[in-house]
Amino acid sequence: MAMTNDRNSTSSDIKRRGQLGIIWRQYRKNTLAMVGLIVFLLLVCVAVFSPVFLDYQNDIILMNNKIRLQAPSAEHILGTDQYGRDILFRIIWGSRVSLVVGLFTVGVALLVGGIIGAISGYYGSVIDNFLMRIMDVFLAMPATIMAVAIVGALGPGLINLLIAMSIARIPQFARVVRSSVISICGQEFVEAARACGTKDFRIIMRHILPNCVGPIVVQCTLHMATTILGVAGLSFIGLGIQAPVPEWGSMLSEARDFMQTNFNMMLYPGIAIVIAVLSLNLIGDGLRDALDPRLKK
Amino acid sequence: MEDAILNINDLYVEYVTDDARIFAVNGLDLVLFKGETLGLVGETGAGKTTTALSVMQLLPERTGVIKKGSIKLDGVEITKATENKMRGIRGDNVSMVFQDPMTSLNPTITVGEQIAEVLVLHKKYSTKAEIDNRVDEIMKMVRLQPERKNEYPHQLSGGMKQRIVIAIALACEPKLLLADEPTTALDVTIQAQVLELMRELKEKINTSMILITHDLGIVAQACDKVAIMYAGEIIEGGTVEDIFLAKNHHPYTVGLFNSIPNLTSKASRLQPIAGLMPDPTDLPSGCNFSTRCPNCMEICKEKKPPKFIRNGHMIRCHLFNKSFAGEEDHSCVIY
Amino acid sequence: MLRFTGKRFLMMLPILLSISFIIFSIMEFTPGDPARTMLGDYAPQEAVDALREEMGLNDPFIVRYINYVSDAVRGDFGESYRTGRSCVSEIAKRFSSTLKIATYAMIISMIIGIPVGIISAIKQYSGIDVIAIMSSLLLTSIPPFWLGLMLIMLFTLTLHWLPSVGSTSWKSFIMPSIAMAAAQMATLIRMTRSTMLEVIRQDYIRTAKSKGASEGWIILKHSLRNALMPIITVIGIDFGNLLGGALIIENVFGISGLGTLMVTSVKSKDTPMLVASVMFAALLSSLVNLLVDILYTYIDPRVKTQLIKTH
Repeated sequence: MAMTNDRNSTSSDIKRRGQLGIIWRQYRKNTLAMVGLIVFLLLVCVAVFSPVFLDYQNDIILMNNKIRLQAPSAEHILGTDQYGRDILFRIIWGSRVSLVVGLFTVGVALLVGGIIGAISGYYGSVIDNFLMRIMDVFLAMPATIMAVAIVGALGPGLINLLIAMSIARIPQFARVVRSSVISICGQEFVEAARACGTKDFRIIMRHILPNCVGPIVVQCTLHMATTILGVAGLSFIGLGIQAPVPEWGSMLSEARDFMQTNFNMMLYPGIAIVIAVLSLNLIGDGLRDALDPRLKK
Repeated sequence: MEDAILNINDLYVEYVTDDARIFAVNGLDLVLFKGETLGLVGETGAGKTTTALSVMQLLPERTGVIKKGSIKLDGVEITKATENKMRGIRGDNVSMVFQDPMTSLNPTITVGEQIAEVLVLHKKYSTKAEIDNRVDEIMKMVRLQPERKNEYPHQLSGGMKQRIVIAIALACEPKLLLADEPTTALDVTIQAQVLELMRELKEKINTSMILITHDLGIVAQACDKVAIMYAGEIIEGGTVEDIFLAKNHHPYTVGLFNSIPNLTSKASRLQPIAGLMPDPTDLPSGCNFSTRCPNCMEICKEKKPPKFIRNGHMIRCHLFNKSFAGEEDHSCVIY
Repeated sequence: MLRFTGKRFLMMLPILLSISFIIFSIMEFTPGDPARTMLGDYAPQEAVDALREEMGLNDPFIVRYINYVSDAVRGDFGESYRTGRSCVSEIAKRFSSTLKIATYAMIISMIIGIPVGIISAIKQYSGIDVIAIMSSLLLTSIPPFWLGLMLIMLFTLTLHWLPSVGSTSWKSFIMPSIAMAAAQMATLIRMTRSTMLEVIRQDYIRTAKSKGASEGWIILKHSLRNALMPIITVIGIDFGNLLGGALIIENVFGISGLGTLMVTSVKSKDTPMLVASVMFAALLSSLVNLLVDILYTYIDPRVKTQLIKTH
């Protein structure tokens, strides 16, 4: 942890850089967490680079009734579905869909929820009360039901799905950010910054938020996991991603009619979901443990 | 010494973690007889609490180990006792009062129930009425109104909570009471009250007591004998008069007394002992105090000082091999 | 005590009101004309306009909202656009299935999850602990509806033991409840484990040990009560999630409950039905939370005495 000569570094900056190293080292010790990280990175690579090997028109959505409902073979490694589409290719493309939806949802929820939480935590009293009451209203509604209601009102489709899923998560991010902010606000370097006459906005951006990063990143990974599950569920009942876009949940819905004859149709998309969600859960857990000072051996 | 209540002989206790071995107690000898109060004095980290926990066999399961030595409680060898047997002994023959009364009581159970618990565990009475009576009796003994037994810990003050803890410890009239800094967390005024209470009860029940403290004032007030501990060993021991009034002392003891602020003297600075206690994972060869001792000699760095005893007063320091030598009486008051 | 209950109940109302406002506002964005939907594409425009007047659809938003709320308070949630029957009666027919699934799932997950969590904490780092943690990680990653499908594959299609469709007998609820219980169980295992671990580290546990109490005694008399308090709160909150999940599970198992009602009303743009069912779900979940809060005050003496003091 070298002391830099950069005049703009403050003590909290240096603390942060050194801390990142410590956290990473602690994370590395956790085998499961590393497995999760590697699997997830592989997933991201697959999602990002799949257009290089696969063509959306020909490989993913083109129907070919001559080769429909085939069992796994050398030609089609996981078999074909009821429209003759290669299941493996659709699952791979489905990872793009899930990851994109997940990232956007969490991103939006983090941005909006984070701002609400930061303002609430920093300014306290009336603003805090008001904002948290509003959050409570949203929290009183079960997430899936609220998503169904929003999709129901706005109609199925990608954007509406994103809106529906983000809204459900905003209150939770607001809560986490708020409690991080409150606990950091109590620390002395914030008082010191205020005493120097630093503007509120600057204090929040440069001092408080960077130190909240830990719990927030944990929440992000865990929420991405639940988002992927949520989108799969909604698509399963027809309210999520619409056909012919391959989404693991809707693939499972289509597989129902062919459960007994083509079990592969129902097995592999489910496994894909489990792998994606599990890897994210492992990362989130690993991060949480790595950040917990009590667990250092 | 068959009639000793507590007889610790050559005790070695270690804490073993993935990274290191911590030598907490290194060759401790201690004897306590019926009705005596021994003050176990030392800085934080000297091994006092570890010693007490060893007597209770309450060392942390995965890390605390009694490497060597014997602990005899009223003739029973503790180190070889089964957990079942120990459970019968804890609370009944030997009790412990811990440092922080704020957290020592379960917040969701009434204080009366918590006192009754120790009676029920050791099957002291057969009917509920008898237990209730005894609880009332005990509460009166610690000067609390019996009506308060249905209250919860958070409804009592710190001093009252500690009195409940003492009540629990003495409910079964144990032969030995281990009190680990029982008044450290309390106000000075309450401190005096609690100490007085403990003394009174101790006399009433004729319990022996080991009072662990770092406060020499408490020692003077409450103890018959004193053992001064440093880095896991007892480096000086004797009656309370020996420790406070005798001419000869271990350099560490001298340092301890000098670091106490004195109302009457006109000193302008306090005189702390230079340096820090040695790293318990890496103790020095020779005398443990050698690194800080103002009287350190060559031999101190190489050889562990033996115990020098005169008239029951023991000092473990090479300085005294001449003045204490040739004494016929080799029995120390605390050993 | 009654005053406390009353106060909390009253606090529920603004929240429910706000929810109704939010839902109603969201419905404003729904494309399409309900009157048109009801009369069909071939009906003449005049008829549609007349129906709109009759239904009050041309009134300003606030007027419509206030009418809606005043009706709702009297128990009238309007009629379904799709079936024409009263929304309340439709819900009444179906919500019991949904409630059953959610409740059974919660009970199953508690019966298995809490004891496993306790054992896991006591024997930390042992084989059982490791298995418990691994399996709970796995279970939270399995989509309940997929688990449901797999269960159907095994128990209906292969073994022919359990029915896969409908809500006829108690047997039809076994698989849906298990499918939902799995993820909830995992959450409970981990929560119980972590609260127990915290409790075990507390000083009063050390005091109990020094009294000579056995491991079992300490768990039953000291650890459990303190550990269960935060868990009960979680159960309350999670019940709402279970209601949401039941929505999708009903689809898998062809059970006609509140969830299917909601989904159908979404697909057929049946706004009154949708709003009514969402409100009902919110009401249900708030009630459960209220119950949990009341239960909590009974269990935690610190809260109880606070209450007694201030009342």
